[in-house]
Amino acid sequence: MEVSRHWRLQEQRYKLVGETCDSCGVKLFPPRDVCLECKAPAYALYTFTGLGELYSFTTIYDAPAGFEHSAPYTVALVKLEEGPIVTAQLTDMDESELSIGMPLEMVTRKLRTDGDEGMIVYGYKFRPIFSQQVAN
Amino acid sequence: MGEGTRSPLPKGGVKGRERNKHMNDVSIIGIGQTEVKEMWSTSIRHLAWYAIEAALDDAHVSQVDALFVGNMAAGQLSNQMHLGALVADFAGLRGIEAVTVEAADASGGAALRQAVLAVKSGLVETALVVGVEKMTDQVGSSVTAVLSSTLDADYEAIHGLTVAGMGALLMRRYMHEYGIGVEEFAHFSVNAHANGADNPLAMFRNRIKAERFGSAPPVATPVNLFDAAPSGDGAAAVIVTSHERAQDMVSQPIRIAGSALATDTLALHDRKNMLHLRAAELSAQKAMAAAGVSHDDIDLFELHDSFTVMAALSLEAAGFAAAGEGWQLARDGAIGRNGRIPISTFGGLKARGNPGGATGMYQIVEVARQLRGQAGDNQIPDAKIGMAQNLGGSGATAVTHILSNR
Repeated sequence: MEVSRHWRLQEQRYKLVGETCDSCGVKLFPPRDVCLECKAPAYALYTFTGLGELYSFTTIYDAPAGFEHSAPYTVALVKLEEGPIVTAQLTDMDESELSIGMPLEMVTRKLRTDGDEGMIVYGYKFRPIFSQQVAN
Repeated sequence: MGEGTRSPLPKGGVKGRERNKHMNDVSIIGIGQTEVKEMWSTSIRHLAWYAIEAALDDAHVSQVDALFVGNMAAGQLSNQMHLGALVADFAGLRGIEAVTVEAADASGGAALRQAVLAVKSGLVETALVVGVEKMTDQVGSSVTAVLSSTLDADYEAIHGLTVAGMGALLMRRYMHEYGIGVEEFAHFSVNAHANGADNPLAMFRNRIKAERFGSAPPVATPVNLFDAAPSGDGAAAVIVTSHERAQDMVSQPIRIAGSALATDTLALHDRKNMLHLRAAELSAQKAMAAAGVSHDDIDLFELHDSFTVMAALSLEAAGFAAAGEGWQLARDGAIGRNGRIPISTFGGLKARGNPGGATGMYQIVEVARQLRGQAGDNQIPDAKIGMAQNLGGSGATAVTHILSNR
């Protein structure tokens, strides 16, 4: 189910490939072809570094179908260092240690499954910077 | 507005002038609504019919020219699409023009907007609008997943974000930027439940205490059960026609003085300042300009309190409070029935309940009841002008209507 829908987003899900506006130079994620800022065409691909900071977060207890087994899980808004904000789950962290503004990095994780025999969807999540966690 | 004494009086004197001024406006001649609750024995077609039957009776008409059905998700919730034809047929209106209008939980307001356009164009004389949602044909996580499909499927919902999670992301950011705690939002829910307690059609008629607000079970932190509006089944309907005809048909036509719909980015993360509900602001400004009213003229405001933070942000976007200060209106009692700007006067989404695509039509029916002086225990004294603002999700769609009883 929905294989093509996820397959066509593999560049975004695995590598955070967005776009740069040809006209004003702003970086766009998700890619949207028409610049969010100046409405000019934006087709030049740009791969984001995957570094950013925590903008807002919520721990979800009332989970939708397909996510029940993950609940409670934390979804965040992450402000990428290039500017855009991305919605993603947080992983490898303790909710009590979260604070708005803390640095985060992208990792690849399982997003959801469709039952025991269904497709497994992988994609980006974010976590506190690993090298800093090791240093601590 | 503002014609002053320079205009010569038309035939019929002052009364005639009043009549001519609003001749091209659209007015409500009938209203109807069902209770909002879990109605396990009632199908979506019956729900729609009950509200329509009440509205037809109220207007003393048996035929209309067009039907606009506001519905969010019957295709997923009840495996039933094509509601325009279904509802027209079931209501004994076979043959008329009928379509569904969808804009998440702004579907009801958006459907009324289409009816206003249709009647104002002159192509439709009398239009029926029904907002209907059958939430309980599915339960639990299935319903949550359907509601999540009103978010950006590729970039929000796939990450497990829910509608409550969206509200929570806004609330957390609001608390961070303005330095307030969860308890400051309690007064919105206390007010909604106090008003819902007096509304026999409300889903929840219990009063809640501010001090217990923070201890309710979490839905999506910091949003909890006392913060999030409950989903319920429901339908609400109005019949509209030209103001000129309405004055001859009913004793108390409720005039739609302003009507506007605006949009914003679907995904929250694409907004430059997500605490500024741009579509809500745009639609409110356009509707108020069309109606020629200022904030002081508005006697009540049925806003989209799907979460307490949405009530705060709506008050700010509509210009009743500065950015970051919407919550203070709740703390200071300004939103109560005797306050400066009463909101959620029949319980709002929080206590009357949030029947998805019907919610916007409940707001309209409730404002009309206030302006007719038929609000019973919930009456705002001497209400003349009321505003209703229906949001889709985080405000990607915003529909504002301003109603007047003159």
